[in-house]
Amino acid sequence: MCLGIPGKITEIYERNAFQMGKIDFGGVIKEVCLAYVPEAKVGDYALIHVGFAISLMDEDEAMETLKLIKEVVDFGEELGEQ
Amino acid sequence: MKYIDEYRDPVKVKALLDEIAGTITRPWVLMEICGGQTHAFLHHGLDDMLPKELELVHGPGCPVCVTPLEQIDRAIAIASRPDVIFTSYGDMLRVPGSSVNLFAIRAKGGDVRVVYSPLEAVDLAANSPDKQVVFFAIGFETTAPPNAMAVLQARQRGLNNFSVLVSHVRVPPAMEALLSSKTNRVQAFLAAGHVCAVMGYHEYPTIAEKYHIPIVVTGFEPVDLLRGVLSAVRQLEAGKAEVENAYERAVTFNGNQPAQQTIQTIFMSVDSKWRGIGVIPMSGWGLRPEFAHLDAETRFAVGEIITQESPLCIAGEILQGLKKPLQCSAYGKQCTPQTPLGAPMVSAEGACSAYYRYHR
Repeated sequence: MCLGIPGKITEIYERNAFQMGKIDFGGVIKEVCLAYVPEAKVGDYALIHVGFAISLMDEDEAMETLKLIKEVVDFGEELGEQ
Repeated sequence: MKYIDEYRDPVKVKALLDEIAGTITRPWVLMEICGGQTHAFLHHGLDDMLPKELELVHGPGCPVCVTPLEQIDRAIAIASRPDVIFTSYGDMLRVPGSSVNLFAIRAKGGDVRVVYSPLEAVDLAANSPDKQVVFFAIGFETTAPPNAMAVLQARQRGLNNFSVLVSHVRVPPAMEALLSSKTNRVQAFLAAGHVCAVMGYHEYPTIAEKYHIPIVVTGFEPVDLLRGVLSAVRQLEAGKAEVENAYERAVTFNGNQPAQQTIQTIFMSVDSKWRGIGVIPMSGWGLRPEFAHLDAETRFAVGEIITQESPLCIAGEILQGLKKPLQCSAYGKQCTPQTPLGAPMVSAEGACSAYYRYHR
């Protein structure tokens, strides 16, 4: 139930006075509530849980994480070559 | 898909597994709190690839599993009423109550419907003015903001035919309950990433310090899970007990402020009963008095509830990480996903269903 899937925001609009939007999950489009990510812009990626965006994905942090993991991979390869 | 594919890369997975194997020198017991992570570990076969010194025990983070039996029986009683459309997240329908489950009520003609989002239940109430629409508002901190929003929207839209049956629990009080138990075996926690996306992890440093236990905020993809494990193992080997965030792209220290504010508007902390575990003080959320008129529990007086658990089911010990599904005498025999005796065999986050599905 706590599963969350990242998707790309393709549209932002109001419905019943709440901020809603369309999210693209790799080709599947769904309507979600964006009330908890008021700063969201079209093109942002959000983590979606039961029809709600619960956080925006942080691109810089994601790049940093992948850099850290690359160091582990590179270190392992260096050891393997020795 | 961005933010998923790069965290399933086999090269990164292998490197992290090697790094964990190279770091660990003795046995450690690690608990992943979230049932979604239990399923992810087994689904990707990571449990078999981790070093034998590391024991993964599975935590109580399965909302369907810990929803108390009384509340399921109450849901069944409310859903049986001819004037009610009962709505719920799908997993709840097969959870056994004392005698039947919600599917059985639907088979007998009850109007029980699965919704993806609680806002669908609110729309249903707006479109069904001659019916009472009840939403089963269960879950942890992740579902609390959506469920709270449903309550808020129902009030703002002036819907008199919408109510919620609430059973909300929180992770940090459960962690403390596990750690203060005499039978505790857990030496490090992987904290549930999506709970932290909402709540942040500012509540964890005091727990880490008080119980001297590493807590690592962890995501759900294989690379995320192994980063969490690696951070925890590094801390354990170094004798550290710190809070780390290994799911930086989705989680910040303070979490989602608008979501927390809405939770605080709708809910207040209450003592909560966890199925199989018992009452944990101030571990749940109940509706604030100003929203009491939207409480299905008071709107539909269902009379006294007398519960009856299966005598064979050891769900309580499973949920506390004291036993594994394979140690249950009913596992795979009397209890299967088709004929579940307890909720952990039903839910997509239950440890028993994960073991069964992935042939452990």
